[in-house]
Amino acid sequence: MITPTHYMLLSAALFIIGVIGVMARRNIIIIFMSIELILNAVNINLIAFSAQLQNAVGQVFAIFVIAVAAAEAAVGLGIILAFYRNKETVNIDEMNLMRW
Amino acid sequence: MGEAIAFYVIAAFILGFAVLVVSTKDTVHSVLFLVLDFLFVAALYVLLQAPFLAAIQILVYAGGIVVLYLFVVMLVNLKRPPEAHQDPHRRTKLGLGLAAAVLLELGAILVYTSTRPATAAAATAALPPVTGNTEQVGWLLYTNYLIPFEIASMLLLVAMIGAIILAKREL
Amino acid sequence: MIDTFVIPLLKIVIVLNATLVAVTYMVLLERKVIAWAQSRLGPMRVGPYGVLQPIADAVKLMIKEDITPVRADKWVFTAAPIISMVPALIVYAVIPFGPEVNLFGRQVSLYVTDVNVGLLYIVSVASVGVYGIILAGYASNSKYPLLASLRASAQLISYEVAVTLTLVSVILMAGTLSMVGIVRAQESGHVWFAFVQPVAFVIFFIGGLAETNRAPFDLPEAEQELTGGFHTEYSGMRFALFFLAEYANMIVVSSVATTLFLGGWLRPFPNVAALAFLDFVPAWMWFLVKSFVFLYIFIWVRATLPRYRYDQLMRLGWKFLIPLAIANLVVTGIVKVLLL
Repeated sequence: MITPTHYMLLSAALFIIGVIGVMARRNIIIIFMSIELILNAVNINLIAFSAQLQNAVGQVFAIFVIAVAAAEAAVGLGIILAFYRNKETVNIDEMNLMRW
Repeated sequence: MGEAIAFYVIAAFILGFAVLVVSTKDTVHSVLFLVLDFLFVAALYVLLQAPFLAAIQILVYAGGIVVLYLFVVMLVNLKRPPEAHQDPHRRTKLGLGLAAAVLLELGAILVYTSTRPATAAAATAALPPVTGNTEQVGWLLYTNYLIPFEIASMLLLVAMIGAIILAKREL
Repeated sequence: MIDTFVIPLLKIVIVLNATLVAVTYMVLLERKVIAWAQSRLGPMRVGPYGVLQPIADAVKLMIKEDITPVRADKWVFTAAPIISMVPALIVYAVIPFGPEVNLFGRQVSLYVTDVNVGLLYIVSVASVGVYGIILAGYASNSKYPLLASLRASAQLISYEVAVTLTLVSVILMAGTLSMVGIVRAQESGHVWFAFVQPVAFVIFFIGGLAETNRAPFDLPEAEQELTGGFHTEYSGMRFALFFLAEYANMIVVSSVATTLFLGGWLRPFPNVAALAFLDFVPAWMWFLVKSFVFLYIFIWVRATLPRYRYDQLMRLGWKFLIPLAIANLVVTGIVKVLLL
C-alpha cells in the first residue's frame, strides 16, 4: 500500500538532492536546474495530498507553482545571458562584481 | 500491488535522474537528465490520478522550461569547463555538519508523525459540481481561485517582458 | 484478459505498422505529386509506375555507411533521431479512426485508447518532439547544423503557441479534451468545426505546416540556405529516421486536423437523412479520405509556394498568427457565453 508517507519521503529525497545541487555546484545553470528539482519536489507533495484528501485544491496550487517556476526560469535565464555577455563566465564564484 | 511496483520503479528513476542532474559534468547531459526526470514525475502524477497535471507538467516543464535551459546552455557553451578552480573560501566540514543536522531533524519529524494518532483530515472546500479531473481543476481555478489565476497571468506577462529586455542585445 | 491485453496490443501493432507503411509511401506520393505539378512523371522505373521506389529508398538508406562526426556527442547524436521519431508515433494512441464496430462478435473501438486529456496529451507530446531537432544540431559539433537547429527549434516553439491557442478554441466549442468526445460533439452539433471555427482551422493548418518544417516554412532544412540544416551530419538509417519523422509528423497533423475540424469519422452532413445512402462507406474510410485530402494539400503547398525568409517566418508567427488566434479565442468565448 502506498501511503502519502511514501510520497513525502520521495519528495523529501528529491528536495535534498536539489538543495545539494544548489549548494555544491558552481555552474549557475545547474544551480537553476536544481531549483527546478526543488519545486518539483514540492509539487509531488501537493499532488500526493490532493489525491489522498480527494480535494483538487492541491492540484490548483501545483499549477500555480508551475506557472511561477516558468516565470522565474525565464527571468533567471535572461539575467544569466545578460551577465554572460558582460563577463563570459557561468561560474558563480566569478560573478562577484558587486562584492569588494 | 501494481501501484506499488509502479511507484517504486518511477521513484527510483526520479531520484536516479535527479542525482545525475546534480552530478554530471557536462551541462547538456545534465539538462537531458532533467527532461527525463520531469517525464517520470509526470508519470507519477498519472499514478496519483491527476492526468491534467501530468499533461501540464510535460507541456510546460519538459516542453517549455527545459527547452529554454537547453537554448541558454548552447548559447553559453564554453570551451573551458566552469568548475575549473575550487572556491578557496568553501567550508566543506561546516556544510556537511549542517546537512547532517537537517537530516536528523527530518528523521525526528518522521518518527514523531508516524507514532502520533492520525488527526482529522483537513476541511474540504465545497466540492465543485463536476466530475473529471480537468473539469474539477478548471472549476476551482475559475471560481474560488480566480484572483490568484489573474495575478499569475500578470506575473507571466511581467516575466516575459523582463526576460526579453534582459536578453536583448541593444534596447 | 483478452479485452485488457490482447486487443489493445493488437491495435497498437496494427496502428504502428500502418503508420510506418504510410510514412514510407508518403515519400513516393510526395515525389509523384510534385512531379505532376511540374509537368513530369516522377519515379517510374522501380516497379510499375514507381510503386516499389520507397522500398529501394529504404534499402539504400539501410546499407549506407553510418558516420559519426569526430568529437560529436555520441549518445546524444544517436538519441536525437529517436527523440524525433518517437513522439510522432505515440500520438496515434489517442487518434480515433472510427467508432465502435462489431468485429468477430465483440465490440471493438477503432481507436487504441480514449484518454480524458487526449488533446492535451497530443500537444505535450508534440512539444517534446522539439528536442530531437535541438539535440541533432548540437550533437553534430559543426556550425551549420547548430545554427539550423536553433532556427528550426525557435520556429517550432513559436508556432506551437499559435496552434495551442486554436486548439483551445476547439476545446471551448466541444466542451471536452478527449478526442472521441470532440468527434461526438461535432456529431451532436451536426456541423464540422471547420465551418464554425474557420479562422482556427486556417491558423491550425498554417501552424501545422510550420510545426513540421514543411514548405513554405522549411528554411531550416533547405539545402540552399544552410547546407541541409540540422540533419547535415546524419547519414544512413539515422537520416532515414529524421526523414520518416517529418512525414510521420505530417500525417499526425493531418489526422489531428481531421478529427478536430473535419468531423473525424463522420460522413458529410451526418444529420441529413437524405444522404444516408453514404453510410455504406465505413467510418474509418471517411477518416482516411479526409486525412489524405490534408496530406495532398500539404504536398500541393510545397509544390506551389516559395520559401519564407526566416525573419518573415517569425514575424508571421508572432505578430500575425498569435494575435489572430487570441482574438479568435476571445470571440469564441463571448459567443459561447452570450448565445449558448
